[in-house]
Amino acid sequence: MKAQEIADKLKARFGEGVEFQDNPLTPFVRVKADAIAQVAQFLKETPELGFDSLMCQTAVDNPANFTIVYFLFSMKHNHKVTLKVETPKDNPIVLTVEKIWAAADWFEREVYDLFGIKFAGHTNLVRIMLPDDWEGHPLRKDYQYPATYRGLPL
Amino acid sequence: MNQNQEPTTIVRNAATGMEEVLIGEEMLINMGPQHPSTHGVLNKVLKTNGEIISEVFPQIGYLHRGLEKIAEKLNYHQFMPYTDRIDYLASMNCNFAYAMAVEKLASIEVPKRAEYIRVVMAELNRIATHLVFMGTMGLETGAWTPIVYGFREREEILDLFEMTCGQRLTYNYMRIGGVSDDLPAGFIDKARKFCDVLEQKWVEYNNLLSYNQIFIGRMAKVGVLPAELAIDYGVTGPALRGSGVKWDLRKNEPYSVYPELEFDIPVGTGEQGKLGDAWDRYMVRMREIKQSIRIVRQALDKMPGGEVRAKVGRIFKPAKGEVYVRSENPRGELGFYVVSDGTANPYRLKIRTGSFNNLSAVPPISKGTMISDFVMTLGSFDVVLPEIDR
Repeated sequence: MKAQEIADKLKARFGEGVEFQDNPLTPFVRVKADAIAQVAQFLKETPELGFDSLMCQTAVDNPANFTIVYFLFSMKHNHKVTLKVETPKDNPIVLTVEKIWAAADWFEREVYDLFGIKFAGHTNLVRIMLPDDWEGHPLRKDYQYPATYRGLPL
Repeated sequence: MNQNQEPTTIVRNAATGMEEVLIGEEMLINMGPQHPSTHGVLNKVLKTNGEIISEVFPQIGYLHRGLEKIAEKLNYHQFMPYTDRIDYLASMNCNFAYAMAVEKLASIEVPKRAEYIRVVMAELNRIATHLVFMGTMGLETGAWTPIVYGFREREEILDLFEMTCGQRLTYNYMRIGGVSDDLPAGFIDKARKFCDVLEQKWVEYNNLLSYNQIFIGRMAKVGVLPAELAIDYGVTGPALRGSGVKWDLRKNEPYSVYPELEFDIPVGTGEQGKLGDAWDRYMVRMREIKQSIRIVRQALDKMPGGEVRAKVGRIFKPAKGEVYVRSENPRGELGFYVVSDGTANPYRLKIRTGSFNNLSAVPPISKGTMISDFVMTLGSFDVVLPEIDR
């Protein structure tokens, strides 16, 4: 199935909650933050869509907001779709998709660790790469490199 | 205190930072960060009851170098040497994936000869890393000989790489738009000779290790990974194929010149009793060596003449846009998500690695297994830590 057809199916089911952007290199579907869990569930459980695999999940620190990007793939049908969810910078929080794809568990922990974006409903949202007492989130564009860590100069 | 109630202890879990309530004989054991079976710096906190594991908490991040942040500070060419350090056992494959991602982003056409050279290098590197895997898998079961055999043949591949680009581990050979230099004189003959030798040795490895009854006894029916669980956790590469899923990006989402080459995709068959066990994952890699030899031979035969590098400016600015490009690495899918904002540096670069997801599937399949079997389970996933921590 082409990205356009998948987007049409989503549009028919979720209406205003989704919006298709026919970007030439990577077409994607922009999903409203409160709809992502249902959209994900729908994509996985609808037989003709059958998105059984979350290839990659990450975030981008855009000037206006944080964007979570989901790369979904269907092993059964060999088609893919990219989803984007935007969340404000002052209180970034998105619903988790951990229950839908187990792969999201570690992906979301990584995004939380490096961007400071919270995932509501995640069962174990703790840092994964950096030590528990690390301050700040390095992949944010405004990240200040610390001068010391536990009293040691860096 | 009630006489029947078992005593409880509260211990801090180093992996989660949480306090763990242990009942009776339960213990928390730190396996790592320095342990012979870790393949790098990885700490596994095991919750055990005697010899039985009830839970595994992997603690990663010891080798986190912030590659994704570094990428934002460098231009596209400058990041190439860093990709060598994603998976140091398969640097060529990492170079390859990164180059493909940027080429797609900036619409750069790669000369045909360069594509063939890339495929030869990628497949030779795949063989090299699978030979290391065979050796370390032997070590994990207590066999010391295979690693000597594996390293002997790997040495030949490293010699081939050294004569091509001067490096033996971090090659930095591929460039955006092609490869750094053409093949040196004598490379093709030497590579052909190596393929002939390796084909004979391959039989030897199987007699020595793969079909050794002691080895099978340790590997069969251990660490069984069901296909649905593997897909759910995003497991890719030989670990996924070991569970019987015929899925290989070189065939299913062909890139470079792979469509012009003939090869098969080995999958797990459950011939030692259980589909998706450690032996299946091991054997998939062994059979891949054979297929890689086939690919290298064909690529050497079909290699056209001509340029090896397209003209790409030292500093170039891809148009605004983004791509996600993935390739089949020896340890699974290596994906690069590159976002360009129209400047000379990537705005965002995300590296999705096979080992990261593969390791995340280890805890669920290790529940209720023996500690000594856990070493086989983890070893058969062949994770490489710099790839996980990035």
